[in-house]
Amino acid sequence: MRAHGRATPYLFLAPYLLLFLLFVIGPAVFGLWMSLHDWDFQLPGKPFVGLQNYKDLFDPLSATAEPFWHGMRATGIFTVASVPFLVAVPLGLAVLLNRKFPGRTFFRAVYFAPYVLGVAVIGLMFRYILDTTFGILNAFLGVFGISEIGWTTEQPWAFVALVAVTVWWTAGFNAIIYLAGLQDIPGEQYEAAELDGANAWQQFRHVTLPGLRPVTVFIVVITLLASANMFGQALLITQGGPGDTTTTALMVITDTGFSQFRMGQAAAMSYLLAICLAIVALVTFRLMKERES
Amino acid sequence: MNTINRRLMLGGLGALGAAGVLAGCGSGSAGTPGAGPANGDGGAKGYDGPAVELDFWNGFTGGDGPFMRKLVDSFNAENPNIKVKMTVMQWADYYTKLPTAVSSGRGPAVAIMHVDSLATNAARNVIEPLDDVAKALDLKQDDFAEVVWKAGEFNGKRYGIPLDVHPLGFFYNKTLMTQAGLDPAKPPTNADEYMAALEALKGKGIQGHWATPFQFTGVLSVEALLWQFGGELFNDDSSKATWAEEPGVKALSWFTDLVKKGYSPKNVAQDADAIALQNGKNAFNWNGIWNINTLKEKKGLEWGVAPLPNIGGQKAAWAGSHQFCLPKLKTPDQNKSTAARVFVNYVSQKSLEWAKGGQVPARKQVRESGDFKALTDQAALATQIDDLHFPPPVPGIGDALAELNKAVNEAVLQKAEPAKALSDAAARADKILEANRKKYGA
Repeated sequence: MRAHGRATPYLFLAPYLLLFLLFVIGPAVFGLWMSLHDWDFQLPGKPFVGLQNYKDLFDPLSATAEPFWHGMRATGIFTVASVPFLVAVPLGLAVLLNRKFPGRTFFRAVYFAPYVLGVAVIGLMFRYILDTTFGILNAFLGVFGISEIGWTTEQPWAFVALVAVTVWWTAGFNAIIYLAGLQDIPGEQYEAAELDGANAWQQFRHVTLPGLRPVTVFIVVITLLASANMFGQALLITQGGPGDTTTTALMVITDTGFSQFRMGQAAAMSYLLAICLAIVALVTFRLMKERES
Repeated sequence: MNTINRRLMLGGLGALGAAGVLAGCGSGSAGTPGAGPANGDGGAKGYDGPAVELDFWNGFTGGDGPFMRKLVDSFNAENPNIKVKMTVMQWADYYTKLPTAVSSGRGPAVAIMHVDSLATNAARNVIEPLDDVAKALDLKQDDFAEVVWKAGEFNGKRYGIPLDVHPLGFFYNKTLMTQAGLDPAKPPTNADEYMAALEALKGKGIQGHWATPFQFTGVLSVEALLWQFGGELFNDDSSKATWAEEPGVKALSWFTDLVKKGYSPKNVAQDADAIALQNGKNAFNWNGIWNINTLKEKKGLEWGVAPLPNIGGQKAAWAGSHQFCLPKLKTPDQNKSTAARVFVNYVSQKSLEWAKGGQVPARKQVRESGDFKALTDQAALATQIDDLHFPPPVPGIGDALAELNKAVNEAVLQKAEPAKALSDAAARADKILEANRKKYGA
């Protein structure tokens, strides 16, 4: 009986653990192994190159360094530009959608709806909307005398477009999480604040925001990671252009690994990107924790 | 829609493929080149063995798909002991899936590949040499245009049986030409006539030739111009990119001047050049032959198609080509191999049917037949056959060409001067070529 009892947690854990080992840990270790080789799964020779693939990424004369760091830069710009909006806009939406008003469920659905669309749908749709000459956006702006903007072919507009599309597309997801968080804040706190004479802004600042802190930490971190993994929007809407300015790190890795079949180099790039993201996530956690204490 | 499909194909060719799954990376090698089963007659005498099922993969997702489907159906009806099962997927996915499938032993028996991917896949042991098929079917260089035939070879062995050629052509909007006082029956054929026509159109407020910064079809146009100015993309042994030399600079400058001189709007978005021709905003568009079927579907559109005008002094045009290839089977199967060859032979001879889907047949005999000449639009572009150029059959050449795409993009968007953009791109491409030589051991 006791022996059986001891095994129970592991039995519960087993199915997940098995999948975790098979699909996360296994490939991760295998990727590390690959990154130490000149790896092409179709070629008979996969010579061991040690840390050369990593060194190449820091050697400006190598074929992989320039595209990789350009990709990292594009990823960085997109992340820095999109995360504030992806945190603030859903918060605003959630606060609005948390109020009681007629048609509330309808609006909740409306704001969440874009999130269910696939990236291919989003990409194709916005290619039409953002087209310099025929796009509805430029036609609309033309009414106000604004001349044609190259939303997909000019900087900084290409980044503006990508950030805006991403916010429109994914804001609903973060809003749902905020909404759940808002419903966890006890109503008594608002009552107490009101009795103390706090206005709406003060209530938001001193009750809502602190109440949402754990949810916010979670949202900031997952949004950071999601933005750093941006791929489909740039691939489909700007094709990584103009030039290679919106070619993100993930696009470079995919190209290196699956178009050029340099899987070892691509694996090394992935590890470097993963390390950078881990550091960013840790620092974010630390910063937001400290503010709490 | 076709334009978009063509564009998605580029993903597989060297730009950015869709995210694939790193499946089947376990055990690597799939045999050595030339280790395929010997097939005496290469399928010429038919197949009388036990019933077999052949998987046939391709990326004909556009208007060309139904034409291939019809050919497969009629083959199945005529060959009761061979059942061909056709699987169609996006080219971008296709080029990442095929090698992994072959390596895990789930590859198809027959496949289609673009000519510029053959060398890479041959070097990576994805496909088998098929000299025996060519020999048995009595296919010779004389049956094809030289360039198409040569492009199917790598390291002295044949890897592709040409099915078709799809060249760049000169599409024009007749209504706009008439408006500008030009004769729609006589599209411009050389640099002077072309400039005069653009000037006449400009006089009527029409932007005559939209220069797109994207691969389809801006980069293809610049490549055609480079060959017209007497240049080459790579040196003889393909160890250096030569597009930054004078002909390349002339070509890209001519193209970017379209924007600078106001013959083209700035910031043309993907496919907008082709759409503008259909909407009556753009008069001239250098586009692929696949555009024929798209334009035919446009009711009331007055359009024509002609060979590319000769801007640089030498006739030349970019072209692609679909080629049959036989992926390696992990466990050689004599029956399957023979049946696959019978199928390739069959379709190759029926390429007139295929031409109706908007292609130029690779076989001379079909191209010179009265039936093909009756397809006037395709036939007009087929006259370019001896002036067509392909990238050299070098493994990983698409990786280097992706740098040219960037250069054209930057120059047409006026972010960089043509000469600078080209030489920067050439320097990056040289590094890639060097890394490829190391990787593929050339």
